[in-house]
Order: sequence, then structure tokens, then C-alpha cells
Amino acid sequence: MPFTMTDQLMITARDIRKRFGTLEVLKGISLEVKKGDVIAIIGPSGSGKSTFLRCLNHLETIDGGNIEIEGETLVSTEASGACRYAPDATVQRICRKMGMVFQQFNLFPHLTVMQNLIEAPVVVKGMNRDAIIPKAEALLRKVGLLEKRDSYPSRLSGGQKQRVAIARALAMEPDILLFDEPTSALDPELTGEVLRTIRQLAEERMTMLVVTHEMAFAREVSTQTVFMDDGEIVEARPPAELFAHPEQQRTRAFLEHML
Amino acid sequence: MMEYLLLILGPLLSGAVVTLKVFFITLVLALPLGLMLAMVRLSRYRAASGIANGYIWLMRGTPLMLQMLFIYFALPFVPVIGIRLPDFPAAIVAFVLNYAAYFAEIFRGGIQSIDRGQYEAAKVLGLTYGQTMRRIVLPQVVKRILPPISNETITLVKDTSLIYVLAMNDLLRTARGIVQRDFTTSPFLVAAVFYLVMTLVLTVVFQRMEKRYAVYDD
Repeated sequence: MPFTMTDQLMITARDIRKRFGTLEVLKGISLEVKKGDVIAIIGPSGSGKSTFLRCLNHLETIDGGNIEIEGETLVSTEASGACRYAPDATVQRICRKMGMVFQQFNLFPHLTVMQNLIEAPVVVKGMNRDAIIPKAEALLRKVGLLEKRDSYPSRLSGGQKQRVAIARALAMEPDILLFDEPTSALDPELTGEVLRTIRQLAEERMTMLVVTHEMAFAREVSTQTVFMDDGEIVEARPPAELFAHPEQQRTRAFLEHML
Repeated sequence: MMEYLLLILGPLLSGAVVTLKVFFITLVLALPLGLMLAMVRLSRYRAASGIANGYIWLMRGTPLMLQMLFIYFALPFVPVIGIRLPDFPAAIVAFVLNYAAYFAEIFRGGIQSIDRGQYEAAKVLGLTYGQTMRRIVLPQVVKRILPPISNETITLVKDTSLIYVLAMNDLLRTARGIVQRDFTTSPFLVAAVFYLVMTLVLTVVFQRMEKRYAVYDD
């Protein structure tokens, strides 16, 4: 990583544990994310990658561990094992620092592209429509979809939908972007346009966590690649090292299978 | 013949006004009440949800006419809550309570048909639960429930004829009165035309609304 990077900690996750019923899906995950990091999280299906991401922004609640976002405690676990979240208002404020892009896009189908972008800034931040529209237009231009501003999501291709979803997340000016398998629902010929957009954000030093099955993308774009298996982080290293010289047998087996 | 029709038109029209009054007041009150019932039914508070469920069972499980008769004749004798209602308010209360139960089930089905991802997307954008329901979920629900709501609304137009049991002169009871007085069935035909016009207007209104919502696909 370049020396000019600040070392400001954006996310600190310590010993995150999560169960669904009797199934332990996260068995103590610890990860630090610094400003400007692009963390690619890879691993087999069911390894807990998405669940981990969803725990960070409170879409799932954890059963143990601590999460701090930009130095503020979202949730902590006492010595007794009791897991304590910050008050609701604090949780909401902290989680607003993170945007998220979903595998299934989750655009609002009853709103046009432009309305999708300005909905949250207007409703949540109370911004003036006239003030937000030029910004939203700039974001649409950035993802190459300004001409679709008045279209409804159902008129867009999968790749276009996902780029709108990225623009919608950016419209809230998050400090961190979480991507939950952003290209897994796309036809292969459409993944490129979405990955290009994410790559562009990486060049602008956006802090990002990307759960992905795109190995080439992880290798080229991430500053750190995390390999997860069976609810644990098996290996977390810069991609050049991880892909060339995996230390763990499980990582090797997975990479051989994927590449 | 023409003269006779003009002669009975006056009374039939005032009967139709009673019918339309019951219809509109019921619709305006039962829709929001139905939505509230659906929200309670879907809430995570078991007791509240159970009560809403029981209420819906009771209202859909007994005849509307029985409910109307109960509110008019039996309610005054019920301890504590017993009040004596005049015929028109009694009919309205029965209709609203009954139709709210049916609307509640339509709303519930609509709300449950909205994908979880919509709630999650709204949450990560910072919308509160209330904002999510008002601005994201319910607008989509309306589109999906228009056909069943239209069905129920058309049924309501015709159900209003049940108020005859409280001796109120709605369209059908007025027509029947004239039939018995004049020994001719033509007032029935005129009444049928009135009902058909009302349901035709509703059909057109709902078709327009469906068309308006057709600008987007789910």
C-alpha cells in the first residue's frame, strides 16, 4: 500500500460469532479495514462471507464479538458473553456511514432511476430536491447511465440495474461500500461493466468490502484478499501473495478449483 | 310506459342515494381500518397479532346480515359497551367492521408479497420502518392488490342491499316496494340498470388505476 495512505481504521471486527439456530455460520471472525482498503472476500458458498458482511451493517445481529465503525462501537460483547448493541439511534447513525450493493440489486421498482437515487437523500437527510438532482446526475454520468434517468428499473439490463444500485448507494455519500456478490446474478457478458465501475471506485480510494466469486477481479483490484471457509477466515493477505503462494491447504484447494 | 318509468325514477333515485351513501362511507372507513388491521396482524407481537386474527375470523365467519342485526337489536343490551344506534349508523358500523376484515386480508397478502430485499435496501439507505412502509412497500402493495380490492368493492355495492333488514329504503327495497304496490316487475329492471351503472363506473375507475400503475413492472 502507498505510504500516503492514512491509517485511519474504518472497520474493526473482533471475534464475530453468529448462529442460525444450531448452525454456527461465523466462528470468530476478526478483520481490520483501513481507509482506502479494498477487501475482497472469497470462499466457497455457505462459508459465511455474505453473513459477515450483513453483520457489519446490522442486517444481521451477531451473537458474540465487537464491531467498531470509524472508532464508534456498534456492538460489543461483555466478559459474561452478553452481546450489547448501541442504542437504536446510534446504530442507525453508524450504519449510515456504510452503503450496500446487493446481489439481487433491490432497486425500488415503482420509482424511476432518478427517483431511486434521490429517495434516501430527500427522505433521510432532508435534502432539497433541486440540490440533490445535479449530484445524482453526476453519479449517473459516472456509471454511464445518465440517459436512463427517467426509466423504470424493469427496463434496464442486469448490469445497468447494478450500476444504478451503486449510484444509489453513493448518493448517500457513504464512507464505506459493502458489495454482496454484486455480479453473481448477472449474465457473464454483463459482469464486466459492473466490475469496471467498482474498479473505478477503487482507483478513487473508496473503502470497500467486496464478497465475490470473480477471482481475477479480487486479484487485480483488492488491496487485501480474505479467504473464508466454514465460518472462519483461513487466510487474509495481499492478493499477489495469496493467489501465488497460498499458505493453507484449504486456500490452495479452493483456488485450484476456481482457477 | 315512459311516463311510468319517469314516475318511479324519483323514489328509485333517492333509494340509490342511500345505497351510494352506505357504499362510500364504508369504503372510506374500511380501507384504512383494514390496513391497520393487516399491520397489527403482521406485527411481531403475538398477542396483538392473535387478536387481529381472531377478529378477522369472527367477521368473515358470520353473515354480514347477522352482524347488522346484532349491532342494531342486541348491542343495546350488552353490558358496559351497550349503546343504542339508529338504523343508519348501525348499518355503517356493521359494514365497516365486516369489510375491514376482508380488506385486511387483501392488504396482508399484498404486504407479504413484497420481497425482503426491498426492506433491506431501504434499511441500508437509512429509511426508518415507517418511511419504508409508506414510501417503498405500500405504493407497491397498492399496485398488486388493485384487482382483489376492485372485486371486493364491487361486491360491496351489491351487499348494501342487505340494509333492508333494518327497514332502510335502499335502491332494492324501494324497487320491491313499488313492485308490490303496482303489480309490475319493471322497477326491478330499473334497479338492475342502476346497479350495473354503478359497477360499470367502478370497473372503469379501477381499470384506469391499473393502467396508471402499469408504467412500471415489478
